[in-house]
Amino acid sequence: MNCRNCKNNPVITLPNSNVYLCKKHFNIYFEKKVRKTIRIYNMLDKNDIIGVAISGGKDSMSLLYILNKIFKPTKVKLIALSIDEGIKGYRDPNFKFVKLFCKKNKIKLHTFSFKKEFGKTLDEIKKKDSETIPCTFCGVFRRKILNNKALELGVNKLATGHNLDDEAQTILMNQFRKNTRASAVLGPVTGIVNDPRFVRRIKPFYFLTEKEITAFAFLNNILDKYVECPNAKLGYRNSVLELLNEFEKRYPGTKYNIVSSFLSTLPLIKEGFKEKTINSCKKCGAATSKDICQACVLLDELN
Amino acid sequence: MKIKVFIERTNKKVMVNAKNFNELFKKIKVDPNTVIITRKNELITEKAKLNNNDEIKLLSVISGG
Repeated sequence: MNCRNCKNNPVITLPNSNVYLCKKHFNIYFEKKVRKTIRIYNMLDKNDIIGVAISGGKDSMSLLYILNKIFKPTKVKLIALSIDEGIKGYRDPNFKFVKLFCKKNKIKLHTFSFKKEFGKTLDEIKKKDSETIPCTFCGVFRRKILNNKALELGVNKLATGHNLDDEAQTILMNQFRKNTRASAVLGPVTGIVNDPRFVRRIKPFYFLTEKEITAFAFLNNILDKYVECPNAKLGYRNSVLELLNEFEKRYPGTKYNIVSSFLSTLPLIKEGFKEKTINSCKKCGAATSKDICQACVLLDELN
Repeated sequence: MKIKVFIERTNKKVMVNAKNFNELFKKIKVDPNTVIITRKNELITEKAKLNNNDEIKLLSVISGG
């Protein structure tokens, strides 16, 4: 079995196909797919400052790597934003791997922590509220820090490493929970209306699978040691992930079909929420669809 | 063929008798969609031929967070 384009040994079989690619041609395919997603969804303008949300995992590291490769010769500026949630044994609080990469590639890295921003680490939050799944706090607080800090730093697009698998899971989660409003802000470029209080999020890996991204990270020496978040198995997402993986195994193409059919209905979903006003949180002033933003609701619960 | 397999997600090493990857994945109950395969630090596909005493690493593609 050879690569589709040359005689070299293949390193990957592309999803839902019998296409085999070697290292060189897989890297070309990967970059082309990212460029195409950025172009088709008008993700970037030539003078943009992109903030890349970095966890140190394979998705965000691959994203920083490929965006740096594509945009280094252009006027688009890249900065990296990292958050230490304060989960013992999970995240390296010193972000050694990320720091080294950013230093080598001359990318400015900004790090923030739950402790500094909210007064508590996620482990402390977990101790205080053992009823609520920690992922609830983690997701809301991470989004809030990223948005606020991106605004402060003059970032006008926030790039995240969300991939096809993540998106298929989120679409299903929202369906199962009847959360149509949350689905309205999904898609390769998030948000319903332009609002200066929100930094628009872009997902250049929208059409790439986890497997493709892991292979890319491995081939380009940016795959750090695998560490699983101790809270990951508690989350609702994990149940949906297992269900979807089982379905994908039995019916290949399931994840792609979920995302693809979702995209064809997304304009209608967005339209349904366009008229809803965006308020300012009565506590912190952040943009929210309610009177008080979710981060402040959770902080109140904790205090 | 005897194959030494390291499964990253569970941090386990197992010895498996298998003729090909299809058989290997069935025996260790790992979904091939959830891993990438490396041999001698080279990435290979599940269609690659297995050799006796191969040492295989299965790296998790599922995000840790």
